[in-house]
Amino acid sequence: MANPHISVHNLNVFYGDRQALKDLTVEIPERQITAIIGPSGCGKTTFLKSLNRLVELLEGTKISGQVLIRGLDIYRPDVDVTEIRKRIGLLSQTPQPLPMSIYDNVAFGPRLHGLKERQELDRIVEDHLRAAGLWDEVKDRLHAPASRLSAGQQQRLCLARGLAVEPEVLLGDEPTSALDPISAQHIERRLLDLKENYTIVIVTHILRQARRLADYVIFLYLGELVEHGPAADFFNHPKEVRTRAYIRGDF
Amino acid sequence: MDKRKEELIFQGLMIASALIVLGSLVFVLAVVVLKGLPALNLAMLIQTPKGGYYLGGEGGILNAITGSLCLAGGATLLALLLSLPIALFLQVYSGKSRFSEFTRLSLDVLWGVPSIVYGAFGFTIMVFLGVRASLLGGVMALTLLELPIMSRAMEEVISMVPFELKESAYALGATRLETAMRVVVRQSLPGILTAILLAFGRGIGDAASVLFTAGYTDSLPSSLFRPVASLPLAVFFQLATPFPEVQQRAYASALVLTIIVLLISLGCRLVGGRFTAHVIR
Amino acid sequence: MLTRSLKDRLASRLMFLVTFSSSLIVFLIALALYVRARPILTAKPLGELIFSSSWHPLKGEFGFYPFILGTLWVTALAMIISIPLSLLTAIYLAEYASTRVRGVVKPLIDLLAGIPSVVYGLWGVLAVVPLIRGYVAPLMGRSLGFIPLFSAENLTGYSVLAGSIVLALMVFPIIISVTEEVFRSVPDGLREAALALGATRWQMVKHVVMRKALPGVVAAIVLGFSRAFGETMAVLMVVGNVSMIPSSIFDPAYPLTALIANNYGEMMSIPLYDSALLGAGLFLLLMVLCFNIMARIILRRVLGEGG
Repeated sequence: MANPHISVHNLNVFYGDRQALKDLTVEIPERQITAIIGPSGCGKTTFLKSLNRLVELLEGTKISGQVLIRGLDIYRPDVDVTEIRKRIGLLSQTPQPLPMSIYDNVAFGPRLHGLKERQELDRIVEDHLRAAGLWDEVKDRLHAPASRLSAGQQQRLCLARGLAVEPEVLLGDEPTSALDPISAQHIERRLLDLKENYTIVIVTHILRQARRLADYVIFLYLGELVEHGPAADFFNHPKEVRTRAYIRGDF
Repeated sequence: MDKRKEELIFQGLMIASALIVLGSLVFVLAVVVLKGLPALNLAMLIQTPKGGYYLGGEGGILNAITGSLCLAGGATLLALLLSLPIALFLQVYSGKSRFSEFTRLSLDVLWGVPSIVYGAFGFTIMVFLGVRASLLGGVMALTLLELPIMSRAMEEVISMVPFELKESAYALGATRLETAMRVVVRQSLPGILTAILLAFGRGIGDAASVLFTAGYTDSLPSSLFRPVASLPLAVFFQLATPFPEVQQRAYASALVLTIIVLLISLGCRLVGGRFTAHVIR
Repeated sequence: MLTRSLKDRLASRLMFLVTFSSSLIVFLIALALYVRARPILTAKPLGELIFSSSWHPLKGEFGFYPFILGTLWVTALAMIISIPLSLLTAIYLAEYASTRVRGVVKPLIDLLAGIPSVVYGLWGVLAVVPLIRGYVAPLMGRSLGFIPLFSAENLTGYSVLAGSIVLALMVFPIIISVTEEVFRSVPDGLREAALALGATRWQMVKHVVMRKALPGVVAAIVLGFSRAFGETMAVLMVVGNVSMIPSSIFDPAYPLTALIANNYGEMMSIPLYDSALLGAGLFLLLMVLCFNIMARIILRRVLGEGG
């Protein structure tokens, strides 16, 4: 790969005694949608969350290896974790609106990092709500509580909120699986638009979604990297036996 | 015994028990209201005891009402300043370590300490420091009483904040402090307010801890270092006099105290409902 | 950026300090009381303090026996009264009552917990004592008076029974709420299994749920006992405060808590008196600590983290 945005070298993650990720080495291309696929419990979410160091929030987690974002190993001891997380946004499976107004949700990140000017914040809120495709629906009630939005709207709000800190990478942990089909479609379309400007990595257990969205695919099975490659090659000419079985729907 | 008969007998016993328990609540409240209401008048509420009050003379229990509010108010404030950091630390910073287990057990055990022990402890410290019975002493003893109640209730509420919500805040680059103050506290606000009210209600009704430490006086609270009256002690002392007129005032004082506690209880239920606009379910 | 992380670390240290200090409070209290109680513990043998009945502080005699027994009588009788009523009520709430009934009854029981002890004491003086004096004692005296437990000799109404009744009311909410929580933590699968075998509701409760919930129920009772053991104001107002060893439930008694509360005024003026009373306080603290720690540990195991 020419200029990978993220390079992972020999990543191992242990939850206590259980090894969730085994010696993972893979690269993630920039400004494309990379889909991480595989059956449940195979380490997809663990891998995703080790990209923004959220995996270490759980007690008893041990991580070894390197994760390089534009050449910088984010696991170096002198690195400021909150800065790393600013560069990588996360969209969770179930929408997680913060307990505040729609406006405050989007402004939360920028405010954390020191932005106070009202006009700046207004602009950021509008820009990113537009990018998430939510602006028209909420522009007259920016100060209403976020809890009143529907699930689909909440997820788009979380997307806007994640984009507002101007990350380079956007991570999605099964971002549409808790949504109804129409909202899911909405989010998928947003992601396709956003890949022009952001590197996107999503975890999905829906093969069809991977086919629709992915430019690059990483297949994990039981914590190991089985196969990876550009989507066309991956789906049409899978090299590994397990890959073929999974694509066929055997498990 | 035929199992159906056993079922019916025990069902009867259970309902009877529940009725007895509830009935005793009604009984207590009824006595307090029936005895207290006739003795309650405006003068009681807005005056302090004048000369000869305890012999049947003029006056009221304003000293005790304001005294109690100051005592419980001060103690609740102090307890809040301690409980919130404790609850946040245990939930956001610490987690399941041995230290937090030990602290939780220690606070749980503190919860059951008899209030007279707090009074005795407060008294020993006051003697050691050369301080006399005063508002400050009473506040300190009450804070000890309220602390485990408030911190336990707060921790329980804060522990219900879903992990993913905190995770989302961290994902945006928030520090633990920022997540705690801007997200966790906001999400738990109704519960935190309820914990505060709960502790206040417990503190205002306690007699044994302020008996040694706050003293008693007929005047309104004027300084941290002078004795202060309290409603529970007002009830106690007035009841102990041989004069029926003064004993009546004890009934009125008890009614005032009970009404305050009932209002706080009501407040707890309302708070649970009202401040939930932003809370995520 | 540095200041944000600095703020976080500073806050973390401060919060740790506050949390750590608060976990030590219990020890601090025990220590302070011990320091004040030492004089009498070194001056008198422990056996004499516990088992002697002669209480003459002016003569330097401090036999706590009557007071210890007073506490035990009142607490034991309070538990006898409240355990059956509380358990049955809790079972009713947990297993039988509809959600609506529960929603009404539980707040009312919480209300019982919120009533201040002086108000219970006042109710005791106004309602319980006269009832005992006027009705209960004469009635029981006539039918069961030959049993020393129920003999009503110098009857004022201020008695062990009065104290126990008041304490029982104060203990109801604790036993009921903890027991109910314990019952609700028993998984439904167990209940279904019993019912599927043809058990009636009560049989299911008696043979299956109760067995599973037993440690938790014991813990609830221990917590209630601990509360009754340490209660001061309410019981002081109705129990008579006569330092004799009770032989009947209608006799007055003088629990330890009342002893401390009544005499704190004079304790500084008589040698060793303060030491004795604070020693009694230490005893109360240690007893209650034992009970509570036991109960809490059991509850943690039964309920998981929430106990």
